[in-house]
Order: sequence, then structure tokens, then C-alpha cells
Amino acid sequence: MALNDTIDGDQPARISLLYDPKARSYFFQAVLLLALILGVWWIVDNTIENLTRSNISTGFGFLNGRAGFDISDQLIAYSSDSSYGRALIVGVINTAVVALAGIFTATIIGFIVGVGRLSKNWLIRKISTVYVEVFRNIPPLLVILFWYQGVLALLPGVRDSYSLPFGSFLNVRGFYFPRFIWSDGAWLVVAGFVVGIALSAFVARRAHVRQMATGQQFPVFLTSVGLILGLPILGLLLAGIPVSLEFPEKGTFNLTGGVNIKPEFLSLFLALSFYTASFIAEIVRAGIMGVSRGQSEAAAALGLSSGQSLRLVVVPQALRIIIPPLTSQYLNLTKNSSLAVAIGYPDLYAVGGTILNQTGQAIEIVVVFMVVYLSISLLTSLFMNWFNTRMALKER
Amino acid sequence: MQEHDLSWVRTEMAVAQAAPRSGAGPVVWARTNLFATPADTIMSLFALLLVVWFLPQILNWLFFSAVWSGTDRLACLTVDQGGELPPGWSGACWPFVLNRFGYFMFGRYPMDERWRVILCGVIFVALLVPLLTPRIPFKRLNAILFFGVFPFVAFLLLVGGYFGLEYVETPLWGGLMVTLVLSYVGIVVSLPLGIVLAMGRRSKMPIVKLLSVIFIETVRGVPLVTVLFMAAFMLPLFVPPGVSFDKLLRALIGVALFASAYMAEVIRGGLQAIPKGQYEGADSLGLGYWQKMGFIVMPQALKLVVPGIVNTFIGLFKDTTLVLIISMFDLLGVVKQSISGDPTWATPQTAKTGYIFAAAIFWVFCFGMSRYSQYMERRLDTGHRK
Repeated sequence: MALNDTIDGDQPARISLLYDPKARSYFFQAVLLLALILGVWWIVDNTIENLTRSNISTGFGFLNGRAGFDISDQLIAYSSDSSYGRALIVGVINTAVVALAGIFTATIIGFIVGVGRLSKNWLIRKISTVYVEVFRNIPPLLVILFWYQGVLALLPGVRDSYSLPFGSFLNVRGFYFPRFIWSDGAWLVVAGFVVGIALSAFVARRAHVRQMATGQQFPVFLTSVGLILGLPILGLLLAGIPVSLEFPEKGTFNLTGGVNIKPEFLSLFLALSFYTASFIAEIVRAGIMGVSRGQSEAAAALGLSSGQSLRLVVVPQALRIIIPPLTSQYLNLTKNSSLAVAIGYPDLYAVGGTILNQTGQAIEIVVVFMVVYLSISLLTSLFMNWFNTRMALKER
Repeated sequence: MQEHDLSWVRTEMAVAQAAPRSGAGPVVWARTNLFATPADTIMSLFALLLVVWFLPQILNWLFFSAVWSGTDRLACLTVDQGGELPPGWSGACWPFVLNRFGYFMFGRYPMDERWRVILCGVIFVALLVPLLTPRIPFKRLNAILFFGVFPFVAFLLLVGGYFGLEYVETPLWGGLMVTLVLSYVGIVVSLPLGIVLAMGRRSKMPIVKLLSVIFIETVRGVPLVTVLFMAAFMLPLFVPPGVSFDKLLRALIGVALFASAYMAEVIRGGLQAIPKGQYEGADSLGLGYWQKMGFIVMPQALKLVVPGIVNTFIGLFKDTTLVLIISMFDLLGVVKQSISGDPTWATPQTAKTGYIFAAAIFWVFCFGMSRYSQYMERRLDTGHRK
């Protein structure tokens, strides 16, 4: 009797709508969506009212307006008569320059320090550890300000500039070095370079095929270096050395000629490189430690020298562990380059901030920021994912 | 062909070999750790040279030739700069830090009311230390006090306006105090918000999942400066006209939202590492979603990602310095302001001294956190991992 009350034959148990997971899920999502729509509507409504009150027109039309401010570092033609849009492009280029330079240096320092932390040499190990522990635990903005106000601002003035080798100078206005001036025939050097790279790729492929077929090795690395360096030099000689150097000249108030790297760029670049390098070092260390000991022992058993085992066995496997976190460090560095605004290096941020102050177009500027940084993030992760799949374990 | 007799019997004792080199002592240590190979020797000598060259200079600058007392910039200037120190002198200008110490800690918080901040700090430490020491009991009560009650007490004490306490507006706040307030609120808000977002991202409900993904990826894709910019310039546009937001509150919202997106990804990593059997086990016991998450999955997942969580906290702590860009005065902000906006202490050595002081404070906090997380990781490691 009691059994029949609870178990209803073959009929599936009927759940009250209140306890049906599906109904609950639909209901919950509907509520969430409704709340979101109401919230967004409320925000948009408020924003429109606020904007009409303060007489700010919306839209991206302001990008064509005359900027009216100067930018100290520019790689494309720009003057205060240029448009806001062009100013933003100058900012994007400056961001890209400092980010790429920083990534390059940080990777080199990071790999050296990371390998140093695993060195058998006690002193090297300790120095690397101290470097990592110091830089990892200090805010990057502080490091930037330290370089800018604490170190580079104390450099001597133009008259007492430090003279460095190759006719370069270091003073409070930054770092000056000679500029290459190319004349006719310079294309031969570029052509030599391109052909050198192409030939090296060809040689590498042929050598690989030959090694797979016969087991014979070919000194690919040396050949490539010879080709990539040799052909441009050959081109240089053939064209009759079409290059001259413009040295920076000391004037009374300023150095003229040559290339000038401003202290703003230098401090941002140095700080970002040193800061990010400490994280890259830890990633590299974890990557190398992640390759099990048996791998290098097996390489030794096969008769590979320690250099060969590192190059052919350990590093390729370590790279698989290293690449994903390395990507996020590169992205972090790019995002941290927005700290430039604190010292006045005209990156996207500083330029955008100036425009915001002049026009009050807060929403549009923030949208530009987001679009640019999101696309940089997306492009970098796409590239690194591609690289990662290439490096990934190929299981046969 | 000659035949060899291969059998051979030793008839006398082999000559004893010399005892192996002693494996101890400074000489042996140096030989194995510093001068094992020629390349090692060169590297060691180079590193030694580097240390011998730089370390005395650094120590000298920091301590031996540093100035320790004085009332204004004249104490830290050389003769040709208008002071009394020998020409070419270079060293830390510590009286600058000593003189401005109160400002570095409390900003422009009124002198007579600073005991409130100190009291707040004492309560904070008194609640935090037992919470972090595993041996001390009453963890649940302690956690409720620290995360549930303390924020209200701190708000009352710091802002005031009730119980006869004078009202102190937040633009007067500054220094280490603001850094700690931002970090505390960021941590307390971002952890639960991050957990919710991580669960949302793994949810089976498409809308919940989509919204979580959009939020997390957008926030993680842009620099914190953008988020702070939004909080500073766009948030006021979002509320009805006439309603004004406190600037500190806006920064708090920005920092907390930013940190929660990173936290969500860390926690998602932990959730993914929990085997499916745990979920199914919980289901078979008849636990509901929240019971399953709260009793079975989360405790294991959070334990796995303690290092990641603490790293996010450290990142958050360092990121609080960015409020300087929306002209608020955290520790770095007040130090920078004292350096560039105050002629009383304008000397060539001021900037270096001030920033090294600030760096030391940040370093102590971050290093402490990372060491504690390593300790906790070892403690929580119940041997399930390899």
C-alpha cells in the first residue's frame, strides 16, 4: 500500500516545476538577462542625460578635429595641426615601439637569469635569485619613476655629457648615437639581407632532408650566419659603401644630429624590461625544471654532449612548458606600457588622456583604448597559439 | 696461434689507493660550487668582480655616507650646491624620509585624528595574525570578525561622522593607509566575486557562461589604467545627475573588478583540475549545486590554487600604485608628490631616497605574502600530488 503511493508504476516521476533543474535554469537566466537589460538601459539613459547636460556630442567625429598639441616622440609625420585621429595613431605606434623593445630585452635578461638560477655555480645562482626576488616584489610604476626621477634626471647637462664609445653621448636629455645616412645603392644591402635569409631557410631545409635520408649533418648555423651577414656586406662593398654616419655634435645648449632617445622612453623601457625579466626568469626556470631528469640522462646515454642534450632534448621540451605563460608575460608588458602616462612618454594612453582633457569625449576615448589593447591581446595570443601548436608534442 | 691461459689468481693484496679527497671544508666547497670548470671559474670571477664593484657602493650610498639628521634640504646638499657636504658627495638623504614619515603613512589625514588610523591598523593586525597562524583555534569566528565585522569598524573609524568622531573626507586620506585600504577591499571583494565568475564560466547555462566570459576576457585584455580611467571618468556619467561618487570608492570599484577577473581565471584552473568523479560523487549523494560546490569541489579547488590566488593578491597590491595616474595619493603617490612638489627637500638625492624607501615597504609586503603562500602550500599539501 505504502509502496504504491510513492512509486507510480512505469510513469517517470513528475517533478514540481519549482524543483525542475531545467525550469530553474531558464527562470534564472531570464531574470539575469532582464536585470542586465534594465541595468544597461538605466546606464545609457543616465549617460545620455549627463552628456546633453554638459553639451558633449557623442560619436567619433571629433577624431578629425585639429589636435593642437605637440608630441615629443613621433615616427610618422605629425604636427599640432594634425587631427586627433593621427595623434592617436602616433600614440599606438609609440606603444608598439616600447612594447617590442621591452619584450626583446626582457626575454634576453629573463632567459639568462632563469638559467642562472639553475646554474651549478653558487655565486651566479645567488645573484640571479636576488635579482628575481627584488624586482618581482616591487611595483613596476615605482621602478619607472625611480629610473626617471632618481637616475636619468641626475645625469649631467649637455655641456658635461658623458661621452660613450662610437660617438654616442648620454646626458639629461637622453641618449644620443650616430645616425646612418643611406645614399643610392642601399637597396643592394637590403637585397643581400633578404636573399641571405631566403638562402639560409633553403639550406636548413635541404640539410634536414639530407640528415633524415643519410644521417649526415651539415653545419646549418654557421652557414646561415655567413649568408645573412656576408651577403649584405657583399652588397655594401659592391655598391661602394653608400653609407655615412651623422655624429651628434655638441652645441652650447643642445646636441644636434644623430638619433636621440629621450629619457622618458629610456626609463619606461628599462623599467619594463627589468620588471618583466624577473617573471620570465621564473617561467624559464620552471620550464627547464619541468623536463624530467630522465630526459637528459637518456640523452647522455645516447652519447650526446651536454650542449647537444640541452639544445636537442631539454630546450625543445622546456619551450612547450614555457610558451603559454611567456605569452601572458608579453601581454602584461604591453599592458604595463600604459604606465608611460606617469612620466609623459606619449604612448596611446598619454595621447588619449590629453585628447580626453581637451574634448571631454570620455566614452569614445575609452572605447579606443579598449579596442586597441584588446586587439593587441588577441593578435598576440593568436600568434603565440600558432607558435604553441607548432612546438606542441606531435604524437604519432 | 699462441694460446693464453685466462685463469689468474691474485696472490697478494692490491696496493691501497689513497683516501678520496675530503668532501667537506671551504676549499672543497669553493671547488665544486665556484671553480668546477674553467668556464665556471671565469663566470665566478666575473660575478665576484660585479659584487665587489657594486655592493660597497650601494651600502655606502645607503648607510655609510648617508645623511641621517637634518631639518631641510641644506642637510643633503654639497658645497657647490649650497650645502655643507664635500663636493662629489652622494648618499641617501634619510632625514627627508624621517621628516615626511607621517605624511607617507597617513597622507593629509588630520594630525589629531591619526590615532583612529593607528587603532584601525592595530585591530587589523590583531585579527590577521591569529587568522594566518594555523595553530590558533576559533578560525570561523576570527574569519567572520575579519571579513564581516572589521570592514564596518574600519569604515566607522576611518571615515567617522558618528559617535562623536570627526568626519574625515577621503581626499584627505593618503599614503600607506590608502594603499592598504585599496588592497584590503580589493582582496575581500575579488575573491568571492572571482569564485562566482569562475563558476559562471563553467556553468551549463549559456547566458550566464557568455556574460562571465565577456566580462573576464574584456577586463583581462585591457590594462588596469583603462579600468581606472573608466572608473574615474565614465562612472560619474553612468549615475543620475546630481549623484556624486567618492573618488576613492570609484578607484576601489575599478581595482576590485579588475582583480576579480584575474582571480576568476586562477580559480577556474583549480576547478578544471578536480576530477569529474568528485562532481559525480557529490551528485550521487544527492547534493544540490551549491552544496556540491561548497562542500566538495571548492575546498579542493581552492587548495590547489593557493599560490595563484596569492600571486593575484600580490599583483593587486602592486597595482594599487596605479591610482597615482588618476591623481590619488597612495604610498607611491605621496612619495612622488613630496619629491616633485615640495621645495623644502628638493635635492638631487631626494628622489632616489624616497623611491627606495617606498620600494622597501612594497617589497616587505609582497615578499611576506609570497613566503606565507609557500608555507601554506607546503602545509595544505596532503600528499595527493606526485
